[in-house]
Amino acid sequence: MIELSAIRKVFNSGRPNEFTAVDGVTLSIDSRKITVLKGPSGSGKTTLLGIIGCMARPTSGRIQLTGPLTQAVTFSVKGAAAEVTSLPERFLTEIRRRAFGFIFQQFNLIKGITVLENVMLPAYPMGEDFKLLRERASRILSDLNLSGKVFSKVEWLSGGEAQRVGIARALINDPAVIIADEPTAHLDTKLSGEFMGIVERLKNEGKTVIIASHDPIVFDAPIIDRIVEMRDGRLSGGPQQQ
Amino acid sequence: MKWLEKQRYIIDFTLSSLLRRKTKNIALTLVYTLVVFVLASVMFFAEAIKKEASIILRDSPEIIVQRLAAGRQELVPMGYIEGIKKIRGVQSVRGRLWGYYFEPLAGSNFTLMVQEGGAEKGKIVVGKGILRSMRASEGDILSLKSYKGDWVVLRIMGALSSDSELVSSDLILISEEDFRSVFDISKGYVTDLTLQVRNPRELPNIAQKIKDLYPDTRPIVRDDILRTYNSIFNWRSGILLVIMAAAGLAFIIFAWDKASGLSAEEKKEIGILKAIGWETSDVILMKFWEGTVISLSSFLAGIILAYFHVFFTSSTLFGPVLKGWSVLYPNFRLTPFIDEAQVTTLFFLTVLPYTVATIVPSWRAASVDPDSVMR
Repeated sequence: MIELSAIRKVFNSGRPNEFTAVDGVTLSIDSRKITVLKGPSGSGKTTLLGIIGCMARPTSGRIQLTGPLTQAVTFSVKGAAAEVTSLPERFLTEIRRRAFGFIFQQFNLIKGITVLENVMLPAYPMGEDFKLLRERASRILSDLNLSGKVFSKVEWLSGGEAQRVGIARALINDPAVIIADEPTAHLDTKLSGEFMGIVERLKNEGKTVIIASHDPIVFDAPIIDRIVEMRDGRLSGGPQQQ
Repeated sequence: MKWLEKQRYIIDFTLSSLLRRKTKNIALTLVYTLVVFVLASVMFFAEAIKKEASIILRDSPEIIVQRLAAGRQELVPMGYIEGIKKIRGVQSVRGRLWGYYFEPLAGSNFTLMVQEGGAEKGKIVVGKGILRSMRASEGDILSLKSYKGDWVVLRIMGALSSDSELVSSDLILISEEDFRSVFDISKGYVTDLTLQVRNPRELPNIAQKIKDLYPDTRPIVRDDILRTYNSIFNWRSGILLVIMAAAGLAFIIFAWDKASGLSAEEKKEIGILKAIGWETSDVILMKFWEGTVISLSSFLAGIILAYFHVFFTSSTLFGPVLKGWSVLYPNFRLTPFIDEAQVTTLFFLTVLPYTVATIVPSWRAASVDPDSVMR
């Protein structure tokens, strides 16, 4: 479980253009469930996703990882619950690498290298055996129907294929949590439906999935366990604590 | 083992990154190689020519006595030898016979010199530069036109082997009889005199005594020669310094340009790598390898090209500036000589700043929050 308490994120603090993106969010996200952060552009969904995924630190507030997720951080924290906001940068990177897999709105694949290399990239800093890593990457690509594209350059792929390569890359380190930011923004209805099919499979495999989206195909899908609505950096449709 | 594997992955990714930006990186490598080439050429040339000079001076006599007529060098009567020998402190006095012969065929001056045991009548030993410029080889005939108008026929018996081609390149060792025939010099005269003295500290006094005894002479002590050489080489070093300053400036601009900007694409890539779990130190390591690959390969290419340029093509590109004073010399090849300390200095002045210049902007880009790629 991921527990957020009174998370606040302020950009350009103390300057005339100071902006509060997330304002006092307290939230518990269950393991092995699909949670959707729903809200219009500028509501703070992406910023909150970044904070949950240890990509950015909150200006104030705390995040605790509990249950199976603490396994990812046992190298730095001992005990049943791990408070991650106060950890140094190096440990946050380590948690990000082991516990979270990211699927981006723009896919964010590295051009000029092959599909296989893109998928293996997150595992490079761990220095594991090349043969094992390549086998794992090939298996994940095959599960996502990309066997024929292993050695293609990513710029030759269609939108749906690029999206699936992004998913394969998010899965390479076998993370417990998958974080997806507006994953269907660049996909048509059919491809969006396929994406939701993959998400369902991930849920069945025991992954926790957190999606930020304002696409009805996502938040109206029957597989969604919980919808958290956001507006102006706050949780809406109820009290701040959900 | 994991550490090694990680380095391998990162180097692998670095190389593929370099290939992805082929045009930019080839251009960078070319400019870099050119800068190292210019700097190294100048450095090799300066060092080699200094080395040549030290070889020349090592064998130079302590005092050379010339005779002047109307301010120009004139032949010295043999009678002067006996007079100078009587000066206290003079160990030995020898007359030298040498002169310049302009060979229209080669378009250059040869230095003819008589040396004891150097050559028999009708035979000569020549420098390698002469063999090259006359396209001759051992056993060939070389005819020199005498000042009387007839031909003196000489057979080449061998080539001079010497530490320094600067000294021997244009040299012809000839017998005394042939020398006198070529230049029509009678037996009572020599070109100049060389002296050995017992106590080097007496050199200025002895020089003064010679001047008193024979007011038409000009005694040149070794220090004077040293000064002349130094002024020639220092003047040339000045020109070299200007070239080096220009090359150095170009390099600073080049490194600054590199340091001040990463392209938007590169910045985005760094953001992606951080977002998917690379640490700041991994990104810096990657950029370090990138800088090292470019700078090291350019450095090696520049050094090797400069070596060939200076020692195998006689500094074709800078030759006219560097050797301007000796256009009438036959081509000489500098003896390969490399000062390791200077190569090391050049390494630290080029590879190190460049590597730092590539790391600093990457470090700045890599230390931003990885969530920037999501926005």
